[in-house]
Amino acid sequence: MAVADPLVPKTAGGPPAIKTRALTKRYGDFTAVDKLDLSVRAGEVFGLLGPNGAGKTTTILMLLGLSEPTSGTARVLEMDPARNPIAVKRRVGYLPDAVGFYGSLTGRQNLRYTARLNGIARKEADDHIDELLERVGLTNAANSRVDTYSRGMKQRLGLADVMVKRPSIVILDEPTTSIDPAGVEDVLTIIRELAHGGAAVLLASHLLHQVQQVCDEIGIFVAGKLIASGAMDKLSSALGTGPIEIEVGAPPPADDVRAAAAKVNGVTSVEKDPHDPRLWVVKAKRDVRTDLARALVEAGHPPYHLRRRGDELDEIYRRYFADYTEQEATA
Amino acid sequence: MTGQSISLTASGAAARGRKRKNIRTEQPLAPTQPAKAQAAPKAARPAGIPAGWRVIAAKEFADHISSIRFVVLTVILTLAAAASVYSTAGDLKSVAPDASGAPSLFLYLFFYHPSTSQVPTFVFFIALLAPVLGIAFGFDGVNGERSEGTLPRLVSQPIHRDDVINGKFVAGLAAIAVIFVAIIAVVGAIGVLQLGILPSLEEVVRLAIWVVLAVAYVGLWLAVALLCSVVFRRAATSALVSIAAWLVLTLFASLLVGIVAGFLAPVGDGTAEEQIANLAMQQNLARISPSQLFTEATRATLDPSVQTFDINALVAVSNEQRALPSILSLDQSLLVVWPQFVGLIALTSGAFAIAYVSFMRQEVRA
Repeated sequence: MAVADPLVPKTAGGPPAIKTRALTKRYGDFTAVDKLDLSVRAGEVFGLLGPNGAGKTTTILMLLGLSEPTSGTARVLEMDPARNPIAVKRRVGYLPDAVGFYGSLTGRQNLRYTARLNGIARKEADDHIDELLERVGLTNAANSRVDTYSRGMKQRLGLADVMVKRPSIVILDEPTTSIDPAGVEDVLTIIRELAHGGAAVLLASHLLHQVQQVCDEIGIFVAGKLIASGAMDKLSSALGTGPIEIEVGAPPPADDVRAAAAKVNGVTSVEKDPHDPRLWVVKAKRDVRTDLARALVEAGHPPYHLRRRGDELDEIYRRYFADYTEQEATA
Repeated sequence: MTGQSISLTASGAAARGRKRKNIRTEQPLAPTQPAKAQAAPKAARPAGIPAGWRVIAAKEFADHISSIRFVVLTVILTLAAAASVYSTAGDLKSVAPDASGAPSLFLYLFFYHPSTSQVPTFVFFIALLAPVLGIAFGFDGVNGERSEGTLPRLVSQPIHRDDVINGKFVAGLAAIAVIFVAIIAVVGAIGVLQLGILPSLEEVVRLAIWVVLAVAYVGLWLAVALLCSVVFRRAATSALVSIAAWLVLTLFASLLVGIVAGFLAPVGDGTAEEQIANLAMQQNLARISPSQLFTEATRATLDPSVQTFDINALVAVSNEQRALPSILSLDQSLLVVWPQFVGLIALTSGAFAIAYVSFMRQEVRA
């Protein structure tokens, strides 16, 4: 799990690469981004997790100086993107959602164009582009027109395109959409490598499992508001106010399983999962998974499934969303 | 802006590029909140790095030159021009004995049109068809980038946002200039072979000035098409609206002008004064159409015997001096054509300014 990855350099002091304070963007009456406070450090992958339309792309555009904030401030590498967009854009690589390339040019020509726009000398750019194409696995397709590329190939070309300028900050908007699973692994590996190389990575996505695999910190972003953020374990402990829920799957007979589980010290209730009849939901005052497993094995029902709810990000995600929508409903 | 851009297509782009960059005092997106003093340096490019608009213009120009539409348009326009000049050369040869000694006979190739001729003149063809060039190189300029998904990627590079539309405008003008120079070369060669006379230096200069005029005229349509490509999300809509504007202003304008002038300066009793007033009104109304401006400018540039377009003066001249055709020198011809020339440049600049502003005000995200 990414959070525990020992390879991630824990960045010491220094100002954050991206820092926003009460960043707000309104379109008329509609508030796309509402008082966002965000902080991303170099060497860190920050996952901005939210459903479509949450304001992720609007936030990114403000960080790049492509859209003016209505109020609040953004600092990117200690520069104000609204005042100094060129200097910011020189050091920030941005992979837009549904990235596109010039279809009549080859993959290599597209990257060369990006290099020229960044004022990189031809010779230097060409060597670097070869490396990048190799890294994203497009060496063989480098001289084919982008028209002939699959969606996934374009996405990988997009990653190479972001790296052409050797960015200090990488902002990726839904980078794994429409890539096959093997491709997703490659993309996530590249994201990790970028962070390991010292870049700050902001990954906007609605795909929980991928964010979970790769991010150090996560911000859950709904309807323009950052409703929770922090490292993954912090997020789950923030939720750990109620009883701990444990999913148990064990071979029948059902009553024996229930009896065995209920006997474990600390368990308050054992009930069938209303959504999945094969599972039991055990509520307890503490994390009783070890005791529960031992008790079930001793009772002759070795569990084939044992999972603490709230541990995984989708649980967090779902929970926050549920909380949020309830608040909305009562408000 | 447009005048500058036109000269850029000819030469000296490098020298002007930097100068223009420095003139810019304002960032494309000024912040609304009171920003604290910034220690960070202004976005100054290190020496030797080309400005963004030049990189974009170079790429767009290369795209234009290698595109099918470029080849098709060049072939069609060259064929039309060659056919008309070939025909005019034949007409000229038939009257050559009378015209021997006539000044600037070579330039007559481009506009001489005896009533017996079936084929329209070169000048007519260009005034009618050249707007298509501008529309072809502009109608999908911005919305094409949007639909391909390249615009967000492009503007997230370290360039100013206006570099995109400036680069596209300059590239379009350059492509148009290339086509005109090619056409003039082909047509001039046909003329030399047909007539057996070589153009004088003054005639060559007049042709060169005419090319500048033509690029400015087509530049107007390029700007209109770019504006449509900013406003309309679909390339097809943009093309249709541009073409509609071209048809209205080029073909239907003259019909409307006659009707409107009939109301404003009616010819009641058919007196000479009323007829002249009606004609003058028609002329002034027609000048709203850029194609009228271009046609007049073309005539005065290429035909040294055109002394004025003023109806009253023409009437006076025709009464007194009909038998005494006189010839204007190049600088005198330029004086005659100056108002039309300025009008064309102003229209082109205005159209581009509207396209520029609407592009700058648009959100990057569609």
